[in-house]
Amino acid sequence: MSKRSTTIYWIGFSLILALLIVAPLVLPEFWRRFLTEILIWGLLAMSSDILIGYTGMVSFGHSAFFGLGMYGAAAALLMVKPPNLWLAIVYGLVGSAGIALFVAYFSTRLRDIYFAITTLIFSQIFYVIIFTWTDVTGGENGLTFSRPALGIPGLFSVPFSSETLHWFVLAVVTTSYLILRRITQSPFGMVLQSIRENEGRTRAIGYAIERYKIVAVMLSGLFAGLAGVLYAIQNRFAAPDFVYFLVSGETVIFNVMGGIGTLVGPIVGAAFFLLLREAFSRFFTEYYLIPVGVIFIAMIIFMPQGLLGFMRRWLNQ
Amino acid sequence: MEVISDFFQAIPYDQILIQTLNGIVTGMILALIASGLTLIFGIMDVVNFAHGELFMLGAYIGVVVLATSGSFWLALVLATLVVAIIGAALQITTLRPLIGRDPLTTILATFGLSLVLQNYALWQFGPVARKIQEPITGQFTLFYLEYPWYRVLIAGLSAAIIGAFWLFLKYGTYGIWIRATTQDRVMAQAMGIPVPWVHTAAFAIGAGMAAASGVLFAPLVGVNHSMGIDWVLKAFIVVVVGGMGNLGGSIAASIFISLLEAYASIWVSPAQAVIVSFVVLILTLLFRPTGLFVPTPK
Amino acid sequence: MTASATAKVPLVEVEDIHTFYGKSHILHGVSLQVGRGEVVGLLGRNGVGKSTTLKTIMGLVNPSRGRVRFEGSATTGLPAHRLARIGIAYVPEDRRIFRLLTVMENLRTGLDRRGVSEARKQELLDKVFAYFPRLAERRNQAGGTLSGGEQQMLAIARAMMLEPKIILLDEPTEGLMPRMVSQIREIIEVLHREGVAILLVEQNVPLTLETSQRVYIMEKGVVRHQCAASELRVNDAVIHQYLGV
Repeated sequence: MSKRSTTIYWIGFSLILALLIVAPLVLPEFWRRFLTEILIWGLLAMSSDILIGYTGMVSFGHSAFFGLGMYGAAAALLMVKPPNLWLAIVYGLVGSAGIALFVAYFSTRLRDIYFAITTLIFSQIFYVIIFTWTDVTGGENGLTFSRPALGIPGLFSVPFSSETLHWFVLAVVTTSYLILRRITQSPFGMVLQSIRENEGRTRAIGYAIERYKIVAVMLSGLFAGLAGVLYAIQNRFAAPDFVYFLVSGETVIFNVMGGIGTLVGPIVGAAFFLLLREAFSRFFTEYYLIPVGVIFIAMIIFMPQGLLGFMRRWLNQ
Repeated sequence: MEVISDFFQAIPYDQILIQTLNGIVTGMILALIASGLTLIFGIMDVVNFAHGELFMLGAYIGVVVLATSGSFWLALVLATLVVAIIGAALQITTLRPLIGRDPLTTILATFGLSLVLQNYALWQFGPVARKIQEPITGQFTLFYLEYPWYRVLIAGLSAAIIGAFWLFLKYGTYGIWIRATTQDRVMAQAMGIPVPWVHTAAFAIGAGMAAASGVLFAPLVGVNHSMGIDWVLKAFIVVVVGGMGNLGGSIAASIFISLLEAYASIWVSPAQAVIVSFVVLILTLLFRPTGLFVPTPK
Repeated sequence: MTASATAKVPLVEVEDIHTFYGKSHILHGVSLQVGRGEVVGLLGRNGVGKSTTLKTIMGLVNPSRGRVRFEGSATTGLPAHRLARIGIAYVPEDRRIFRLLTVMENLRTGLDRRGVSEARKQELLDKVFAYFPRLAERRNQAGGTLSGGEQQMLAIARAMMLEPKIILLDEPTEGLMPRMVSQIREIIEVLHREGVAILLVEQNVPLTLETSQRVYIMEKGVVRHQCAASELRVNDAVIHQYLGV
């Protein structure tokens, strides 16, 4: 990887980061929230890319990770007074990690399509549980709670404003991106990609691919759960809708549209999808999924590498 | 002792009887849907996410034809044919270009199709569920219970359609083509079988079967744009439990799971009864991943 | 070389084809011809590209360069099912009969074509059952239950149902007992008598030399040598160079 490429990459990265930092100061409220949402969904899509793009395991179960992160945070914010931001994060991560462990077990025993369908069914299992266990989860209506303040207990506490929340989310997402990038470029990440290319050969070389897959699923689940926590904090409610498999489906759509195996691609894909949804909603009201769906199918056929796919090698150096 | 006789008295026999029948009826519908899904998967390795929407479209077309013509049977036949043609068209436009690519792309493409079809139905027909009148009303007496004739008819017709399909596969010329293509696509081509068209035909047949189930089932529930989703998930479970690509297995699995769910609904709510199918799936994946009813592992 | 002495167009003509499997460059410019009714042998060590050549002719693999012609018209890129219908039949290296179909159903995959009368179908069936009485006995048995030799017979019989002008035979005697090997030789001779051309890929050099009129020898993805079979029989040096161990 040439010095020049690295420099260009970091310049690009800094530019975009700068733009994202400045954005909430100049955008109207609606678009500010929109941008924050893009970041959150982008984080979810990025977590899914670890599995789909890097390890070659398509999962439709991310709604379970996301949902449990969300409900975990809700649990912390409702049960512990005063509502504590960091506790919410911890609860959320623990929740999603638990599910991830469960899914990880099956990931080692099932390949490809079986794995994809099974993860789909798992996310539905959690949906049913959450939907029907009304006493604990609020069932259909979900849970509402107040947004915690940003702060370190004992030191300071500042309630979130729209801007500071955006910056907090941006900080979390950027850090996650950098961490995931480090991981995918490490020897561990190389093994994952090797598993994607040719599982049999990787195993023959001597790698215990089961362990790698389990770690990949855990990682993916953790960051997806983190996205769920962020969403809960931003919107102050948790609802079973987010555990429905459609969310998983949309996540996969973000991945494919943006370009799998690029980490940033899925974020771009999320942005693209959400922007399309906004645009089409103006004309088609709730039927925006018809043209967006058609675009998605067309992209699969004609542009399978996604929007950023052409940059994949460069982004992964 | 009294505990034992109390236990036996507490068993709700009439409930069990009713639920057995319900389970068989639902099982047959599920079998019809799952057969199409398994045919499509077995022959071209396509996991058809849009299968539930084909079921839903069939139901809607049935509603429309019934409203204009008044004949349920005409609705059944027309819906099957129209959706078969739609299925063929969809396969040719969206799935043929994806042949030879990563099989996951077809899952994504059919998922996209399901979104488009669902929202299309929502757009055209609105969110309010439509009702169809069943063609045969009335109930018959089984022991001392009353059970609707129509449900029996559903089970019978579904069985008949599946039976006809099985006969076609076994003895028809094109049935042999389908079986040959399922076993060895390459050699089927080398024998002059026009494999791309066999794929299209198989998809159309699967779609038609889904549509027929939709029309048959419609009088039991309201017809609305999201009715396909639950069925497709269950159908996937059935196909995995029965063994991917195994027609007999998916039929057995359909009835098995539907019976279990029907019995479960005696004690828990229907929304929770679906957990049964999930549990069966997990157990199958853990202990007999090639399929519950597959005698020898492949 | 008698084949090109006539002005007739060769039945099958392969011109400078390059074929890849993924990134592997298997065929580096293969050219050969088979005349009407000729039995032509294709020899060479394992892995030189003999099977790939057959697959390219059959349209199961597309060459990235070069042309395949059948009866003078270009057929490169046509799908295999079209080629099967115009007269090219393929018997692959591992037989690949339809294991879950019965013997009869296997034959029907080739028999059920447009433009063939029921009478003609019966004729073809009778003929093939006469040549392969074992298959007649087992006609309602599933293909997978047949022995290796019987499966080979079925694979050839199935190809014959297409009434082909040329049969591409890939290592028919592999793994067979000597008795079955002579049966294969007889079949090849019968087919030759009926005017069916054969492109025979084989490891069994003596069999090939006995049944073929001409042979090509391949090495590393190209044809290195071609001559009449009679010439090769006495040319130990060439045999040793390209085929010896």
